[in-house]
Amino acid sequence: MKRPRPPACTPSRPYRWWLVLLLAGTCGGLSACRQQAPDTRTLTFWAMGNEGEAVAQLIPGFEHAHPDIHVTLQQLPWKEAHQKLLTAYAGDTTPDIAQLGNTWIAELAALHALQPLQPYVARSSVVRPDDYFAGIWATNRIDGVLYGVPWYVDTRLLFYRRDLLKAAGFDVPPRSWTEWSRQMAALKTRDTPGRYPILLPTNEFEQLLSLALQQDAPLLRDGGRYGNFESPGFKRALAFYVGIFRQQEAPLLANTEVPNPWAEVGRGVYAFYLSGPWNIGEFRRRLPAAQQGDWSTAPLPGPDGPGAGIASGSSLVLFRRSRHQAQAWQLIEYLSQPTVQRKFYELVGDMPPRRSSWQDGTLRSDPQVQAFREQLERVRPTPAVPEWERIVTAMQLVAARAAHGELTVDQAAAEIDRQADAILAKRRWMLDHHRGPQP
Amino acid sequence: MNRQRTAWLFLAPALLVLGVFFILPVIAALGLSLTDYDLYALADIRNLRFVGLHNYWALLHRPLFWSALGNTFYFVAVGVPLSIATSLVAALLLNSPLARIRPFFRTVLFAPVVTTVVAVAVIWRYLFNTKYGLVNYGLAEIGIHPIDWLGDPRWAMPTIIAFAVWKNFGYNMIIILAGLQAIPLDLYEAARIDGASLPRQFWHITLPMLKPTMALVAILTVAGYFQLFAEPYVMTEGGPLQSTVSVLYLMYEDGFKWWNLGTASAVAFMLFAIIFAVTTLLLRLARHDEHPAGERT
Amino acid sequence: MNPRLAKVLVNGSLCGLAAAALLPLLWMLSVSFMAPGEASSLPPPLLPVHATLDNYRELFAHAGMGRYLLNSLLIASAITALALASNLLAGYAFAKLRFTGRERLFQALIGALVIPAQVAMLPLFLLLKTFGLVNSYAGVIMPCMATIFGIYLVRQYARSVPDELLEAARIDGAGELRIFGQIVLPLLKPIMATLAIFTFLAAWNDFMWPLIVLTGQEHYTLPLALASLARDHVQDSELMMAGSVVTVLPVLLLFLALQRYYLQGLLLGSVKG
Repeated sequence: MKRPRPPACTPSRPYRWWLVLLLAGTCGGLSACRQQAPDTRTLTFWAMGNEGEAVAQLIPGFEHAHPDIHVTLQQLPWKEAHQKLLTAYAGDTTPDIAQLGNTWIAELAALHALQPLQPYVARSSVVRPDDYFAGIWATNRIDGVLYGVPWYVDTRLLFYRRDLLKAAGFDVPPRSWTEWSRQMAALKTRDTPGRYPILLPTNEFEQLLSLALQQDAPLLRDGGRYGNFESPGFKRALAFYVGIFRQQEAPLLANTEVPNPWAEVGRGVYAFYLSGPWNIGEFRRRLPAAQQGDWSTAPLPGPDGPGAGIASGSSLVLFRRSRHQAQAWQLIEYLSQPTVQRKFYELVGDMPPRRSSWQDGTLRSDPQVQAFREQLERVRPTPAVPEWERIVTAMQLVAARAAHGELTVDQAAAEIDRQADAILAKRRWMLDHHRGPQP
Repeated sequence: MNRQRTAWLFLAPALLVLGVFFILPVIAALGLSLTDYDLYALADIRNLRFVGLHNYWALLHRPLFWSALGNTFYFVAVGVPLSIATSLVAALLLNSPLARIRPFFRTVLFAPVVTTVVAVAVIWRYLFNTKYGLVNYGLAEIGIHPIDWLGDPRWAMPTIIAFAVWKNFGYNMIIILAGLQAIPLDLYEAARIDGASLPRQFWHITLPMLKPTMALVAILTVAGYFQLFAEPYVMTEGGPLQSTVSVLYLMYEDGFKWWNLGTASAVAFMLFAIIFAVTTLLLRLARHDEHPAGERT
Repeated sequence: MNPRLAKVLVNGSLCGLAAAALLPLLWMLSVSFMAPGEASSLPPPLLPVHATLDNYRELFAHAGMGRYLLNSLLIASAITALALASNLLAGYAFAKLRFTGRERLFQALIGALVIPAQVAMLPLFLLLKTFGLVNSYAGVIMPCMATIFGIYLVRQYARSVPDELLEAARIDGAGELRIFGQIVLPLLKPIMATLAIFTFLAAWNDFMWPLIVLTGQEHYTLPLALASLARDHVQDSELMMAGSVVTVLPVLLLFLALQRYYLQGLLLGSVKG
């Protein structure tokens, strides 16, 4: 899942991803000097953002276990990852193996860029489909063909300041939109200007998308031929989202303008922050010990009671053009081992997609993680059409305009539908001419 | 005949490069703009359709294209006059007999031109940061409330224009300076004898004599400013609310982010047509102005 | 007007302009020596409390800046050398060699100047893809190996080479290539310097095409690396400034050293010929 998150490095944790590059660089240098056996394979592995940093520390273990395989890691910024992948595909420079946001799988599968994985899984003793959360596994199957193995799962929920909520008269976080609205209204009146009940960066689509997925209506209709954003359900979600900005309960800021949301939540600038699991680690690292009891996590409120969330996360995929698929599969198997997944969780806070990985260590006992565990039971996938990334980008751009007051909710919904229909035009033509976009 | 062959041999490397890497692609782009070349077609060429002028038609019905066009015109219409005015003032100051250490000033004023756009755009992004930027800090000192320079749709483009003026005024300054130095001094001498004041000299000698230079500078600057891309790419990523998406930025996003090469080629040709039309118009105006006055240098 | 007042006014305005031109660059230099986080405090500091080279160390030791610097040097040098060769040959041919259709071809090239380079970029990518040159140095270098502007510049300058000199050499039986190498090139030295610095600066500062054709970090030039850093590391201002210094300083120094040639080329290229 694409996570356009605020940048993750500060002086306190300086520039780890450059270490990754250094590691990759020196490894490359060393292996060249070492005069490896002629059958040594070099795998190119693309990973994004924090995951790229963390996985660099897992790779030595893999290379130790497989001395004949050398891994070259390339780390992509999340904001550029989707574009870089498409460019690599267009330019025939795809890697052997990559981390892929699970909403991008349909797109790359439609381009015949990915290698079907069913044969590998069938023979594998490590990757066992029944051990994975079913909803997440399903996002990796496009028209019945398996293209990815889930690496971590991810959803969005509420981080909140327990003490601020209490001061406003609420002992528990909201369970429904009504309660949520009431709490935000109460927080709004509490004090000085420049403080807001909630932070919803206007250039991130995940927040509105989470609210939209809580509705019964699907986001696309007629088998992904048309947008369905004028449904009463989506409009309700959009109205709720836009209302938060109109009532000035959230600032009209993009995440590039809030470089350090954790410190700002710590200072009480925001009482709620709707975001993803990697923030657990960030809050623990960045807030002083005295404040650690003040924040917590809560499942996402729904229209009437606990609501659904997005089923996102990343998968590991093999590229069709790769000439080292067997070796690349070994890397996938290594990264799928429960012990390695737990280590990965400890490094970066990404939650494992398989049940056996959750049965040990901090994942079992950590109270702040439990909200995610609960939320993961209620995640829903987004439409598996190749155009989804474009549609959801368009959705957010229009929604931001509505939040700024340029469009009404009805106008915005109609505009999103118009843009989605235009984006889907080619897909409709292909479906109608029996050129399924999927292979 | 042998000489003919030699000439073509001398021309061959350059013409080959320009032909293969420029002329051919331009022709191909025209072809692409008549198709719906996209990722599906990249995967399987049978998914390519000839769509005639549909891409152009669709562009004309696309609000984002119009707003990108509007943003670009805004940038050109405000940025070019500001740039040239700054260049003119700087050149006049440098050309003044009263100015000291002229080579030093010339070098310093020209320095921003040779810097890398990306690097200095990064600097400006920090200078104009709402909270920690020096600009807002300085404004606060004189009692002006902090402005969200790059985050407010009303301010983002002005900030980019200010950046472009800073980055580019030195270039035109040098050209205008050369134009000023080419004006015969005896013209001023005669004017002084006639008792003409400095402003009058400027108005009746400097400006008319400078006209061909100014026309050239205007045309070059307009053509350059229409190609706005790196500044919004680094400073705002096209935001806030797409208020800094330029036509070229739109082409980049359509083409190399979403891989709709057909649409993107149409955008590129529209931009070409616009630049061509505007510069031709300016050229006409310049010629029109030049002839009746009868001033040929 | 009082001449002393006028003098103060003129020089004062020049100082003001110079300050506006220089301050952002000086600020960049100053912040690049600050400790991490120092610039993001209030009031914004102008000078580092304790100047440190840590940011530069970080860049070169961990951020691969050395690699990017080498990439930039390699690409800009290769483009400069190759473009210089082809532009000199072609510019000279347009100025001094007689062949059918010379004027018309030259006019056509000048006409092509109005086509923005970006129009060609999309098909160019597909073309390089078929050659397998996406994400390679060659992919950045090859399209820049000749420029219309460069040909124009050389032609303007080479026209001043006296024809008698060339004819005399021809009568002596010298081949055209020898005439070019032994007689013309030495005369073209000033314009070579001009063209070289122009090409080098343009190649060094180029952003859009490398951004498109270079998909892997291992080939990144400095501007690409900096833009990529700027997207994911907004708040590391001190480090970004050090990166900006590394990117800007080489071209600034080059300009200072060869200023005369650069400004000459700028004028030659913009005066109607």
